[in-house]
Amino acid sequence: MKKVISFVLNGDPMEVEVEPHWTLLYLLRERLELTGTKSACERGECGACTVIVDGKAVNACLFPVMEVEDKAVQTIEGLLGEGNELHPLQRSFLENAGVQCGFCTPGMIMSAKALLDENRRPTEEEIRHAIAGNMCRCTGYVQIVRSIKQASETMSGGGRE
Amino acid sequence: MVTFEYLKPKSIDEAISLHQSHGEKARYVAGATDVMVKIKEGKIASQYLISLKHIQGLDQIRYENGELRIGALVTHRALEQSAIVAKEFPIIQDAVRNIGSVQVRNVATIGGNIINAVPSADGAIPLITLGAQVRLMGPKGERSMALEEIFIGPGQTVLEPGEILLEFVIPKLPPHTGGAYWKHTRRAAMELPILGVAVLMSFDDKIKTCTDATIGLGVLAPTPMRARKAEAILRGKKLSDEILTKAGKAAAEECKARDSVRGEAWYRRAMVEVLVPRMARTAMERASCSEV
Repeated sequence: MKKVISFVLNGDPMEVEVEPHWTLLYLLRERLELTGTKSACERGECGACTVIVDGKAVNACLFPVMEVEDKAVQTIEGLLGEGNELHPLQRSFLENAGVQCGFCTPGMIMSAKALLDENRRPTEEEIRHAIAGNMCRCTGYVQIVRSIKQASETMSGGGRE
Repeated sequence: MVTFEYLKPKSIDEAISLHQSHGEKARYVAGATDVMVKIKEGKIASQYLISLKHIQGLDQIRYENGELRIGALVTHRALEQSAIVAKEFPIIQDAVRNIGSVQVRNVATIGGNIINAVPSADGAIPLITLGAQVRLMGPKGERSMALEEIFIGPGQTVLEPGEILLEFVIPKLPPHTGGAYWKHTRRAAMELPILGVAVLMSFDDKIKTCTDATIGLGVLAPTPMRARKAEAILRGKKLSDEILTKAGKAAAEECKARDSVRGEAWYRRAMVEVLVPRMARTAMERASCSEV
């Protein structure tokens, strides 16, 4: 039976009609046409579908859509700033070749954003722990870790340590 | 895709009565990270998922007079980031920080991990080792029991239809107590373990003689277990390499290791023999660092 839920998506309050058995990923991609969030393993193993719900990184593929009610959801599409300016994480991924095929990138960046929102200056170990659930099958992890490190430096306003 | 209704009761009574009215068509869910996978795979076909997430008070971590109470709906991430768990119960942190990914730990609950009763779910091992009791509430009222006793076999617990796990109660630890847990895996993250070993030990004032010991083993057998013969070897002894080796051997002998997709029995036994002494040493180090 269809239900109407309200939540905040990338800063905009909205109401949508959903089926209770949908996942958040299905709502985002198939109904709202926000295809930046990727569908890959569909079982919480790969992290390609990572979005931020109430400040926490989650796998959208396993997140029941009914649990989205009254929550704030952030997707990769919500990262652009005023005048379509790239987020420091997006810029840093481009500058450090943190993107190869690009399929893991939106999820990787959302995991990184959740980390940096919580911890402005993470250590390399903390970065690796935070993105352990994001698979990059091009295996460009070194550049990805470097990208996140540089973004954290930019975002915390300081230079290199 | 399988369809279902998703119900969000606000109280335990409401949840139980919803479960009773839908009977076998209903299933409780917490974080739903396991249930959603099983639904997608067609292994579960519940018509009603009853979410326990909207019941007040089930997601609290409380520490009073040395006793730790962990609500069943507490996420693995909340335990991982809890200052009190890090300081007083690092043995729990050892386990929860390596369950799934951040994304899964942000949603998956410790109660769900236990109730699924999957042999590879290792969240139970440190809790059993700490002597956790569980509080259950069902259509027939409330009851408590040792966590160790709720497991019957893979995927099976003693919970009656409609019964809800409320919380874990971890009794106050004696002074000079330390504990450690090791998840034995092939890779560093996103892995189900081959086995898990937890050791909790209390010592005399000089941190020389072991006054009490508890050893929990899991994943290697259908349900988590204690290594009571090995515990008895440690109890009352001054810790030496010789005693630790003996305890490791005893634990390897008494463990119910079996061959499974995650590892073979002979290897699991060999690792128990190595890891019990290793965790005992970490437990001892932590006991000597504790401020009690």
